[in-house]
Amino acid sequence: MLDFPRWRVIMLNTLMVLSLLLALPSFLPKSWLDRIPDGVPKQTISLGLDLAGGSHILLEADTAQLARDRLESIEDSVRTAMRRAEPRITIEAVTRTGGKLSFIVTDPAQIDAAREALLPVVANSVGGRDWTIEVTDGNRISLIPAATGNTTALDQAMNSAKDVIDRRINAVGTLEPTIIRQGADRIVVQVPGLDDPQALKELIGKTAKLEFKLVDEGADPEQTAQGKARVGSQVLPYPDNPTGIPYIAVRRLGGISGDKLTGAQQSFDQQTNEAVVIIQFDGEGGQRFARMTQQNTGKLFAIILDGQVISAPRINEPILGGTSQISGSFTVESASQLAIALNSGALPVNLKVVEERSVGPDLGADSIRSGMIAALVGTAAVLMWMILSYGRFGIYASYALVLNVAMILAVMAMFNATLTLPGIAGFVLTIGAAVDANVLINERIREERRKGRRVIQAIENGYKEASRAIFDANITNVIAAVLLFIFGSGPIRGFAVVLMIGIVTSVFTAVTFTRMWVSRWVKRARPQDLNI
Amino acid sequence: MKLLKLVPDNTNIGFLKWRNIAFGVSILLMVASIALVATRGLNFGVDFIGGQMIRTTFVGEQAAPVEALRESVGELGYGEPTIQRFGAENQVSIRMKLPDGADKKPELANVMAEKIVAKIKEDHPKVRIDGVDSVSGKVSSELFEKGFFALIAAALGVAVYVWFRFEWQFGMGAIWALVHDITLTFGLFALTQMEFDLNIIAALLTIIGYSLNDTIVIYDRIRENLMKFRKMDLPALLDLSVNETLSRTVMTSLTILTPLVVLVLFGPDVIFGFSVAMAFGIFVGSYSSIYQSAPFLIWFGVNSDSFVPAEKVADSKVERLNEGKV
Repeated sequence: MLDFPRWRVIMLNTLMVLSLLLALPSFLPKSWLDRIPDGVPKQTISLGLDLAGGSHILLEADTAQLARDRLESIEDSVRTAMRRAEPRITIEAVTRTGGKLSFIVTDPAQIDAAREALLPVVANSVGGRDWTIEVTDGNRISLIPAATGNTTALDQAMNSAKDVIDRRINAVGTLEPTIIRQGADRIVVQVPGLDDPQALKELIGKTAKLEFKLVDEGADPEQTAQGKARVGSQVLPYPDNPTGIPYIAVRRLGGISGDKLTGAQQSFDQQTNEAVVIIQFDGEGGQRFARMTQQNTGKLFAIILDGQVISAPRINEPILGGTSQISGSFTVESASQLAIALNSGALPVNLKVVEERSVGPDLGADSIRSGMIAALVGTAAVLMWMILSYGRFGIYASYALVLNVAMILAVMAMFNATLTLPGIAGFVLTIGAAVDANVLINERIREERRKGRRVIQAIENGYKEASRAIFDANITNVIAAVLLFIFGSGPIRGFAVVLMIGIVTSVFTAVTFTRMWVSRWVKRARPQDLNI
Repeated sequence: MKLLKLVPDNTNIGFLKWRNIAFGVSILLMVASIALVATRGLNFGVDFIGGQMIRTTFVGEQAAPVEALRESVGELGYGEPTIQRFGAENQVSIRMKLPDGADKKPELANVMAEKIVAKIKEDHPKVRIDGVDSVSGKVSSELFEKGFFALIAAALGVAVYVWFRFEWQFGMGAIWALVHDITLTFGLFALTQMEFDLNIIAALLTIIGYSLNDTIVIYDRIRENLMKFRKMDLPALLDLSVNETLSRTVMTSLTILTPLVVLVLFGPDVIFGFSVAMAFGIFVGSYSSIYQSAPFLIWFGVNSDSFVPAEKVADSKVERLNEGKV
C-alpha cells in the first residue's frame, strides 16, 4: 500500500498536469486563444447547437423524383440509339409507367438489332448493367432499373449534392457549416450561430435546374388554365404571368437546358433598373442558344427554374454572344441567391427539409448561464458533503472530482467532441459514479477501522474490497454506453460519448489518484488513527 | 474536526420485514403508472410524433398574448396549436402536430413551421423567435424507434453482464429493478403531462445507469456476505448487507440529488423536465435497490450455495447434515 513506485507517481502527476493544460483552453475567451501561437495545443470543446445556438437542417432526397429523372434520361438515350442504328429502328407506344421504360419495336424483325443497340445504353462504367432488358410478346422491350443502378445513381447524386451545398454556403461567406451525408439519402447541414435559417434553406433547397423552352403560343388559354395541353406541349406553373392565369403552355421539345453555364451574376436591367441575373453559356451552350434564338426570333420563350416559369420574354433579336439576361420580378437578394445557386450547379436531386432544429442565441445563452450556475452550486454542494463527511479523505476525493472534470474536458477537447444538453446528463452520471467510488472506498475504510483493523490495513482493505463493486458498476455503465452509441441517434450518442470517456476517467481519478495521495500522506505522517 | 455521519455506526434497520408491503405498494404504483400511460398517454414532443414547435419570447411585455396567438396561428388552417408557458411569463412554446397528408409530403412539417413563424412575426412584431424544431413523420418515427430500441438494448445488455458476473437470479433482480424505476418514471410523465422528448430518453438512461450502480453495490455486498456467513438465513443476511451499505447509499444519493435539485430550481427551462426525471429516477432507484432487487433474491431462492462450485456444494450439504446430527 505504501509502496507507490516513483515512476508511477511521476506518470500520474504528468498526466494530471497535461489534463489540466488541455482542459484550460475551453475556459479561455476566444480573444486570448487567438494570441496563443499555433502549434501549441489549444483545441477547445465545441458546444452543441442546443447550447450555443445555431441551425441543424436534415435534408432528404426525393428518391422517386430521382427515379423519374433517370427514366426520362434513359428514354432520351434509347430514342437516340434507335435513331442512329443502321438501319434506323422505329419504335412506338413509349411509356414510362410502373418505374420502367417500355416500347414496341414497329418491325418485329428488328427486335434483335434493337436489343443489340441497347446494350451500350444500359451498360455502366464498371462493366455491369444499370438496366435489365426484357423482351415480351415478340416485339415489346422493357427496360427495368437494376437495384444496384438505382443505389449507385443515388449515391453519386448525394455526393455531388453535398458538394453543391458546400459551394453554395461558401459563396455566402462568413458561415462555418458542417455538411455530412447521413444514411443513403440524407444530408445534415449544421450551422453554428445562425438562428434564422430561412435564407439558408432557400439557398440550399433550390434545385436550380434552369431550362429554356419555346412558349406554345397557339395553345387555347382556357385549356391551359385547366392544366390541359395539346400533344407536344406541356403546362407549367407561371405565378407572375401578366395575363393573370398562373399557367403557361410550352413546347416539350426544342428547348435547351441551363446546365451549360460558365457563370452567373446578379445585375440590374439597364432600362428598368430591375434586379436581374446575367448568365454566361459555355461554348456549346452558347451555340445552341444562338441557334434557338435565331430560328425563333419574334417568338416567346419561357425561362423555367425548377419546373416553374419565372418569365417568358419575346426574342427580339438573335442572341449570339452566349450571354443572356434573366428577369422575373426578382429582389436584389433573390437574384443574387439564384446567381449563387446557378454558379454552384444544379442539385442532381430534389432535397427536402425533413427536420430542422434552430436555437436562437438568447435561448442558448440562457441555457449556458443557468447550466453554469447549476453546475457550480451543484459541485460546491458535492464537495462540501464529501469534505464534511470524510475530512482529509473527502478533500482527496474533491481533488479527484475536479481532476475528473478536467480530464473529461481534456479528452473531449483533444477529439474536438461536442458538448450537448444530453452530454451534460452524461456528465452528471459520471460525476455521480466518481463520487460513488470514493464514498464506497471511504465507507469501507470506516468499516474496517470499526472492526479494529490497523490504519494501513484498513486503508488497504478499503481500496481492495470496494474496487470490486466499483469495477462491476462501471463495466455495466460502459456496456450501456457502447450499446447506446451503436443503436442511439444523435442526442443519445452525445450522451454515450461523454459517458464512455467519463467512466474511464472517473475510475482512474477516484481510485488511482486518491490512492496515490492517501498513500503518500500515510507514508509521511504515519497516522496512528484515522479521522474518517 | 467531528465528521458528519448521516447514518450512525451499527445501524440495524429491519428493512426486509416490510418487503411484502413494499412489493405490494410497488406493484400498485406500477399498475397505476401503466394505467396512466394507457389512459392519459404521454405528452410526446415533436421528436417522437413529428410536427413543429416554436419557442418565442415577447420582449418587453408582461405576458405572452396567448389567446391572440392561438387565434392567429389557428387561422393558418393547420389545426389548434398547443401553447405552453416555459420559463418567464412572456415566454411560450407553440406546438402543432403534423397536418393531414404529411405522410405524403415529408417537407410539410418544415413548411408549416415557416408559415407559423412568418404569421407570428407579422401579427406580433415584438416577438423574438428563440427556437424552431420541425420534424417530419418519418424522421420522428425513426427517432422513436431508435430511442426506445437503445433503451431496451442497454437494459438487456447490462442484465446479461450482471447474470454472468453474479448469478441468474441477480440478473433478473437487476432487470426487475430497472423495469420498476422506468415504469414509475413513465407514470410520472403521464401524470404531470410534462413533455416527453429525446432528452428524457437520456434521463431514463441515466436512471438506468444509476439504479444499476446502486443495485450492484448492494449485490456485491450480498455476495460477499453469502460467502462469509454461510449459515445465516437469507432475510437476515440481506438486511445486514443493506444496512452495511446504507451509509454509502444515503451519501451517494444525497450527493447526486443535490446538483439535480439545483438544476430543477435554477437550471435552464429547456431541461426542466429532464432534471425532474433524473431527480425522481434517482430517488426511486435507491428505493428499488433496497426493496425490489434485494428481496427479489429471496423469491428467486438464492442461497449460500449459489457462489460455491458444484462439488463443494455437495460437501457442504454433508457438512450441514453432520452438524445437524451433533
